[in-house]
Amino acid sequence: MNLNLLLLIPILTATAVLFCKGLKQVRTVSFLGSALQLALSFILMYYYWQERTAGNNAAFLFEDNFTWFAPLHINYHIGVDGISIAMILLTSFVVFAGILVSWKMEQLSKEFFFLLLFLSVGAYGFFISLDLFTLFFFLELAVIPKFLLIGIWGSGKKEYSAMKLALMLMGGSALVFVGLAGLFFNTNTGDGSHTFDILQIAQMHIPVAVQKLFFPFVFIGFGIFGALFPFHTWVPDGHSSAPTAASMFLAGISMKLGGYGCLRVATYLMPDAAQQYSTIIIVLSCIAILYGAFATMMQTDLKYINAYSSVSHCGFVLLGIGMLTRTAITGAVMQMVSHGLMTALFFACIGMIYDRTHTRQMSQLGGLLKIMPFVSTVFVIAGLCSLGLPGFSGFVAEVTVFMGSWEHKEAFYKISTIIACASIVVTAVYILRAVGKAIMGPLAKTEYGLLKDAAWNERVAAGLLIIGIVAIGVAPFWLNQLVGPGAESIMNNISNAAVIK
Amino acid sequence: MWNDYLQLMKSEWMVIIVIFILLFLKLGKKERNTESLLHFINVLLFINLASGFIYHRDGSLFGDMFHSNSLLAFEKNVLSLGTLIISMQSFHWLKNHKHILEFYILLLSTLLGMFFMLSSNNLLMFYLGLELSTIPLAALANFDLEKRVSSEAAMKLILSSAFSSGLLLFGISMLYGSTGTLNYLELSQQLTGTPLQILSFVMFAAGFGFKISAVPFHLWTADVYEGSPVAVTSYLSVISKGAILFVFVSVLYQVFHHMALAWYNLIFIISVLTMTIGNLFALRQQNMKRFLAFSSISQVGFILIGITGQSAAGSASVIYFVLIYVFSNLGAFGVVSLVSALTGKETVNDYKGFYKNNRVLSWVLAISLFSLAGIPPTAGFFGKFFLLLAGAGTTHQSGGQINYLLIVIAALNMVISLYYYLRIIRAMFMDSTEQPIEKIKSSFSPNLSFIICIAGILITGIASGAYNYIYSLVK
Repeated sequence: MNLNLLLLIPILTATAVLFCKGLKQVRTVSFLGSALQLALSFILMYYYWQERTAGNNAAFLFEDNFTWFAPLHINYHIGVDGISIAMILLTSFVVFAGILVSWKMEQLSKEFFFLLLFLSVGAYGFFISLDLFTLFFFLELAVIPKFLLIGIWGSGKKEYSAMKLALMLMGGSALVFVGLAGLFFNTNTGDGSHTFDILQIAQMHIPVAVQKLFFPFVFIGFGIFGALFPFHTWVPDGHSSAPTAASMFLAGISMKLGGYGCLRVATYLMPDAAQQYSTIIIVLSCIAILYGAFATMMQTDLKYINAYSSVSHCGFVLLGIGMLTRTAITGAVMQMVSHGLMTALFFACIGMIYDRTHTRQMSQLGGLLKIMPFVSTVFVIAGLCSLGLPGFSGFVAEVTVFMGSWEHKEAFYKISTIIACASIVVTAVYILRAVGKAIMGPLAKTEYGLLKDAAWNERVAAGLLIIGIVAIGVAPFWLNQLVGPGAESIMNNISNAAVIK
Repeated sequence: MWNDYLQLMKSEWMVIIVIFILLFLKLGKKERNTESLLHFINVLLFINLASGFIYHRDGSLFGDMFHSNSLLAFEKNVLSLGTLIISMQSFHWLKNHKHILEFYILLLSTLLGMFFMLSSNNLLMFYLGLELSTIPLAALANFDLEKRVSSEAAMKLILSSAFSSGLLLFGISMLYGSTGTLNYLELSQQLTGTPLQILSFVMFAAGFGFKISAVPFHLWTADVYEGSPVAVTSYLSVISKGAILFVFVSVLYQVFHHMALAWYNLIFIISVLTMTIGNLFALRQQNMKRFLAFSSISQVGFILIGITGQSAAGSASVIYFVLIYVFSNLGAFGVVSLVSALTGKETVNDYKGFYKNNRVLSWVLAISLFSLAGIPPTAGFFGKFFLLLAGAGTTHQSGGQINYLLIVIAALNMVISLYYYLRIIRAMFMDSTEQPIEKIKSSFSPNLSFIICIAGILITGIASGAYNYIYSLVK
């Protein structure tokens, strides 16, 4: 299967949107494009399984390699493994749902849908890149659409949040750039020239001193995208000011760029440094998990609740990566997918509530279950997934991370696992309180009685995301099998490095 | 023999012919339809550009004073293209101007000077070309005849360029004193890095630093840019700087090749200072022209990074970046020029809510600014990436070390610069005001120039052909 299709379809859709007239045409075109992309992601997974069952054990499948800038040894190199496919599936789910949720975006609709699709191009490209230059290109491609989406269509102190997000993310990518350049200059393809190719670099053994110098740059750089403590401060502001679809994209896709980058670039290419820094990563992610959870307890705005809880949940991703066991890394990827779906659902739901009641303050909401049963049910499902109820994806992912971290014998790892586990109690507190205040109880205002329940587009979007969550929660083995070999090859790289040393 | 003169000096002849056509027009009838005159001139400039692509030949003339090859032809084409774009963009400003022909005659004289400077193979020839290209510029800066700031700008420009030319000439005479030759090739063989030669290099670099407004020689830039007409400002910041940078690269690599260890640190420090200080000043500018002036100072800092790199990758990335810079800076200046000519508004606050009535122009300005900031998929991203790779890589002048410090400083500066570029974007797209600028009625020439700029920004990056072509020429 040709992976370029994954980029071509969103690009063509975005271009087609530019030539449309009026909201109806724009949304129809975007809807068709993203539906096609969703189908394509499933087809990709199907072909991937076929190749794997046929016994193809190459680390990356469907590779495509062009020489892009020959004098600088820059190639356009793409390919997928199970981890990439999981992320691509996640992206196409969230994009599809995001476009459905924005069905009534009257204000500058053409620009809005164009930017959404453009952002998704960046995400797809990032997840399939096997060349550091290509990867960096797509990483930066996804920053500016977020700035515009928040700044133009956002609410509250949108300009401030947009600027903060853009600058912090660009700062992150500047750090990544330093790290990539450092890696590049320390590679040697045999004839004295350097390379950006991830597969080739993984085969080489980068000197340990170099790894130790540049691992922090790359990891913190991607960590800023993935809400690494203490660089998470863009997350609450950015998410709460963004329009609904942009919040979904931010939390569902954009934060995953960070996690994926930490895994694919930092850990995979610099295995020695990953081991040496793992304690620091674990400490920081434990702080993020606990701090995020406690900070959420103090929030009264629904979007802020979800934004801070994202900090806490993304902490699990980084914890899994820091633990460096096969199970923990699998768990980290599962947590990325699970959190992406769950948080997109949550933001979609908050958006639906906000569209109708024009408030996101918990104190002004209440009794929504009586008038909007569908929206309220979805809200409860998202909440339960967030607090890790068995049967939903959150449980599966978190348990996998914990099992992976428990494999270590040392007390440090055990203690940090216990601390991370303890946050679930806090999660339960804020989720149940939010559900209790906003959804249950008596009707807060009598005029809410006239509000309507979800329209068809919102139902489809929420339904799709719920299907994803339940499919992982009830039958986690397919995701596990998909992600497992990818995690395995990262672990192999780490154990090989240990042997060479 | 005559064939040599015709073919090797082809681009110079073309410019001279255009200048003479304009001169005869000037001598002729008094009253003319200015619009058709401007269109006619644009066609002439287009022919000038197109002729640059045919009949290349390598060779030298006048006892090795003047030489020509396909790299120089390419550089001249870049400058001709930039001149054509600026000419199309200043349509609305020139339409109501009384002295169109004089403007173009002066403009093309500077272009001719730049061509000679590029083709020079001898410091004397170089100096001649440099003076031909700077003196008419001062007259051009004064072309808003009824504005006093314009005269002030011209005064500042002529004084500072006279001073810098003086420094340059002093450097050249010391070089001549220590080696006894002015020919590039002979100079490069005789330069060994004696203290006198290093001093002469410092003079040389200071002279160049003035022309490209590198810190600490940048103080004239903002005032001159603000006072001059926008067309001249864009010409100064793109074409004039570009030409000097082209020459600087080739002089550094050819003439001062053996003194590389001496100039590496100097250029490195100047480049870091230039981009940092340019950025910090740009943060708080309110006037769009001043803002673009300071942003162009910091861009020069980035270009200087590339110059510190090893010869092939370094000069390829510098030439590539100048090409991109022509498109992106002229895209930005074009919008500012149009708005300034039709509404007289030039401050950042005037651009609040610009998107409401001028969608296309806002996107043109936004894409140009993204390219200046180095955001993909615009060409600026590729340009900056390659400059940094070239500058940080191992070279013999850096003693085989990889300059990580340079990468870190440059990466930080890219984030700072993003802030002020986004400030303009924010004013246009996000801020609202009572009276945003009305819908601007642009005409054919500026629109065409915008199409060229945007196409250039979007294509020269992703399609790798431009870079690979330049690299093959440099190698």
